[in-house]
Amino acid sequence: MKLVMAIIKPFKLDEVRQALTELGLQGMTVTEVKGYGRQKGHTEIYRGAEYAVNFLPKIKIEVVVPAKMVDKAVDAIVAAAKTGQIGDGKIFVVPVEQTVRIRTGETNESAL
Amino acid sequence: MTTLAKYLFGVVAALVLLALYHIDPALAQEAPEALADAAEEVATLDTGDTAWMLTATAIVLMMTIPGLALFYGGLVRKKNILTLVMQCFTITCLVTIVWLIAGYSLAFTDGGGINMYLGGLSKAFLNGVGKDTLSGTIPESVFFTFQLTFAIITPALIVGAFADRMKFSALVIFMILWSLIVYSPITHWVWGGGFLADAGVLDFAGGTVVHINAGIAGLVCCIFLGKRYGYGSENMAPYNLVYSVTGASLLWVGWFGFNAGSAVAANEGAGMAMAVTQIATAAAALGWMFMEWIVHKKPSVLGIISGAVAGLVAITPASGFVGPIGALWIGVAAGVICFFASTSVKKALGYDDSLDVFGIHAVGGIVGAILTGVFAVEAIGGTPGLLEGNPGQVLTQLWGICATIVWCAVATFVILIITNILVGVRVSQAVEVEGLDINLHGEVVQ
Repeated sequence: MKLVMAIIKPFKLDEVRQALTELGLQGMTVTEVKGYGRQKGHTEIYRGAEYAVNFLPKIKIEVVVPAKMVDKAVDAIVAAAKTGQIGDGKIFVVPVEQTVRIRTGETNESAL
Repeated sequence: MTTLAKYLFGVVAALVLLALYHIDPALAQEAPEALADAAEEVATLDTGDTAWMLTATAIVLMMTIPGLALFYGGLVRKKNILTLVMQCFTITCLVTIVWLIAGYSLAFTDGGGINMYLGGLSKAFLNGVGKDTLSGTIPESVFFTFQLTFAIITPALIVGAFADRMKFSALVIFMILWSLIVYSPITHWVWGGGFLADAGVLDFAGGTVVHINAGIAGLVCCIFLGKRYGYGSENMAPYNLVYSVTGASLLWVGWFGFNAGSAVAANEGAGMAMAVTQIATAAAALGWMFMEWIVHKKPSVLGIISGAVAGLVAITPASGFVGPIGALWIGVAAGVICFFASTSVKKALGYDDSLDVFGIHAVGGIVGAILTGVFAVEAIGGTPGLLEGNPGQVLTQLWGICATIVWCAVATFVILIITNILVGVRVSQAVEVEGLDINLHGEVVQ
């Protein structure tokens, strides 16, 4: 099992959710986050006063998938979240040791 | 304090120069006589006039609460929004009582020997004003309340200049004193039969009395209190511009009561005042927007609403005296000049006028007051301006501007010193950093 963690532009959330659902994935966790990468934030100007905004709002999606699904899931997220502009985000894949469904006690892939 | 001394020196020097100019005494006599004639003729109540003035009074009050409260509230950081709203609401209540006790009387009654400068106390506590007492064609109770709404919004405008850093106790003391010592006398000079009315200064709805007055007081306050902690380095972006748009829109609507209501009648003058108000406001909003688009590359929401307020301010003194084309030019000038005053000029001079009370109200008021002297149309307001061959009117306007600036600046400075001795004007750095809402009022916006 792998945890696929994707940081994306907020307005792309719905397209990404749809793409992952079409792959047969049944759940995900979404968090509103702030951060920056090479995009380096932006500046805002209010009556001539310029403010550098270093942390931009992003959405973090976390979804745990069976190992054989990882590439498909990553491709689906890339396809759905890509605009070609800076700030499209990043995807991290990390191994997951164990999964438990609390209600039934099922474990690992059957709990996904 | 030295910066303040420099500003004060500048205005005093300007005043001295103007005092050397002799105001044409013939011009000065006309207006009061015409007024006296009118007063003798009409001693009956006009229901149309009264209906309009009741309405105008209500919508001018709406300009302060919630209009100005929202406009200012949306512009500060989240930790200070309740403080701004609280200040506007408190001033509304305080000034109402002050106006009843003495403010109205000092502004609008005969002051006897010192009538040139100040009214008397014959109508303190509205003494002698009954249900049937008339002021022109409307009940004096209505006139009292209408003028009260102006007395409320003027000090409320000042709070934008010292936003984010004044003690609430200091605000209460400052506003009571300012209303009595600055607002009432200057109102008397212009509208109550004082020396500026005698000089023939044109101020239909309060360019000098309200806007230059509030703007200069704001400048003195923000210099006296000093810059906000973190000014220039920390992010002080507005919390919610939607509140500000809502507030600015309420101001715009309310301003019809302000300007058209200043005709104190439901007549053709009020109608033209309404039209020119709309024209100048739109022109100024667009003027600011396009300048910002050129200079900062993006037309902003804050820009267009700031321009609209600048236009409303500038057309205020002119609204009963100019025609639609004059209004158009006044609007364009106000939008462009106030844009530079609130951005590059403010940056160059280095004062921290939090919400640009000086850059919009004082500068817009001065632009409007001068251009009133340029564009005044005899057929509309009874006085010709520069374009109709009366260049002296521009100098008369400058005289009104300077007298207002000097008294307002000096008196505001003295009131601040007194307030500072009594309770201290500025909150501690810890309070300022954590936020005024939680520290001064025990509440926060979540």
